[in-house]
Amino acid sequence: MIPSLPRPLWLRGATAAYLIAFLAFLFLPLAVVAVFAFNNAPYPAPPWHGFTLDWFLGNAAQGRIGLFADSELLGSIWTSCIVAVGVTALSALVGMTNAFLIERGQFRGKQVLSILMLAPLVIPGVILGISILAFASRIADFADDSFGLELDFLRPGLPLVVLGQFSYIATIATLTISARLRRFDRTLEEAALNLGASKAAVFRTILLPYLRPALLGSAAISFLMSFADFNTTLMLVGADTPLTVMMYGRMREGATPVLNAVSLFLMLGSAVLALTLLRRSRSPRMKSAR
Amino acid sequence: MRNSALDPRWHGRLALGLLLAPALLWLGALIILPHVDLAVLSFRERIGPRQYTASLAQYKTFFAEPLYWHVFLRTAAMSVIATFLTLALAFPIAWIIAKLARGRAGSLLFIICLIPFWVSETVRTLGWMILLRESGVLPAMLVKLGLTAMPVELLYRDATILVGLVYTSLLFMVVPLVSSLESLDNSLIEAAYDLGAGGFAILRRIVIPHAAPGITAGCIVVFMLTLGNYLTPTLLGGKNSQWFTEQIYTQFITRFNWEQGAAFGFLLLGLSTALVMMGLRISGQRFGDVMRRT
Repeated sequence: MIPSLPRPLWLRGATAAYLIAFLAFLFLPLAVVAVFAFNNAPYPAPPWHGFTLDWFLGNAAQGRIGLFADSELLGSIWTSCIVAVGVTALSALVGMTNAFLIERGQFRGKQVLSILMLAPLVIPGVILGISILAFASRIADFADDSFGLELDFLRPGLPLVVLGQFSYIATIATLTISARLRRFDRTLEEAALNLGASKAAVFRTILLPYLRPALLGSAAISFLMSFADFNTTLMLVGADTPLTVMMYGRMREGATPVLNAVSLFLMLGSAVLALTLLRRSRSPRMKSAR
Repeated sequence: MRNSALDPRWHGRLALGLLLAPALLWLGALIILPHVDLAVLSFRERIGPRQYTASLAQYKTFFAEPLYWHVFLRTAAMSVIATFLTLALAFPIAWIIAKLARGRAGSLLFIICLIPFWVSETVRTLGWMILLRESGVLPAMLVKLGLTAMPVELLYRDATILVGLVYTSLLFMVVPLVSSLESLDNSLIEAAYDLGAGGFAILRRIVIPHAAPGITAGCIVVFMLTLGNYLTPTLLGGKNSQWFTEQIYTQFITRFNWEQGAAFGFLLLGLSTALVMMGLRISGQRFGDVMRRT
């Protein structure tokens, strides 16, 4: 019950106990990942054998391949970065045009279109993946059969991974940016136009600075979601493996603590990104969430 | 520049067209056409090399082969259970954040609850594997406490899959719950209390009706994500996971039987859509409002 009403002692105790148990549940998995990155043993499992940095710094000569010597793993991080940059750029661009379309545009079928834009969020990622895979292959086969064209970018590989992730991350960017655009005070724009500013100048000096927090926020979210995506990526991946798929493969085989080491960096990276975003707590996503 | 500005109507149309193009390209080429193609694939059958005929064979196989529909029903049932468990676990936390914690403590707690979800699901699942596997942390602790003589394998059980799914889904339940509980006026609760309502009556007649939109939104999103999950069931459940997305992957990627895989995909999409519609119908919500809430 709420603080202004009498709460019996057992209820207060139970609430506190629940809170502690819940937080333990939340952070225990992350804590063990971090701790076992430093365990001096070939597998991330107890007992504790002492502190080591082998899983970061070790190389083949020492018999333990640490993160910085694991070229396969480092390569997959790089692949993930390339994909994430592509997805972020595309989503920010399309998210912005969509926001203006939905908030400012007047045309028939707008209602239908804005509902359709939400659809990618309700389609399971695996299905987004297979449908794009099948469709892209059909086009590539058609081009090959009819014109003898080899459209390699439509075969499983990074371009398809980017398109697959973009297909649903664009919705999130659209929602974030249009939420901010909706709250824009249009009199500012009108004043600028009255004072003789061109439309381009209004966009550059008034709208763009106003939308900046939403653009940065949606870019950060897009980047993180792309980096973490597994379902869609798994279906579209070719020879270059992004980090999540690489980690998945190794986890099935029972990997060394080098995975813990890379996970620790992922955690630090997302923590830094999350904190900077929350600092500038003007981020509309967080605001609407509260 | 001046010329095009002469006719403002033409100008407006051009602007609209330029804004419409990316949206149509995105939805058309990446969502609508691929799904139409998937539907076409699922309704055909291979009768020879590069020869196909329209048929319902793929869907017939699904119903004829018990393994397939068992896995399908199992995935649906487990997802429903996971959704309710997530709701039960998230509700008290959302209540503490929205109603009990004062001032900054509330927002701090909220942020703390969000932190684990900035980390990718792969990392979180790795954590659960280290905790639960036979040589892992929890079995070792159970032995130390004298509760079991030998380390027990806690992975590869249905309960483990549920734990993993609930953990992954918590954020998507907590966020809509907090925002719907925060908008509930405390004086309503006080009034009910003054009029003699007990805790349970207040929850049932005031809190739940008010929070219904948030509860629906959370449940729908969690259900969909659980149904479509691949990573958590396969890693925490191993060979016993029997998750339907795994069947889709097997047909599509391992066996290269795209027709069958497409049919499975549509069945999963149908199930997901049907249950979402049912959720909306039961709670009298509109799709757009629900999605904007999350």
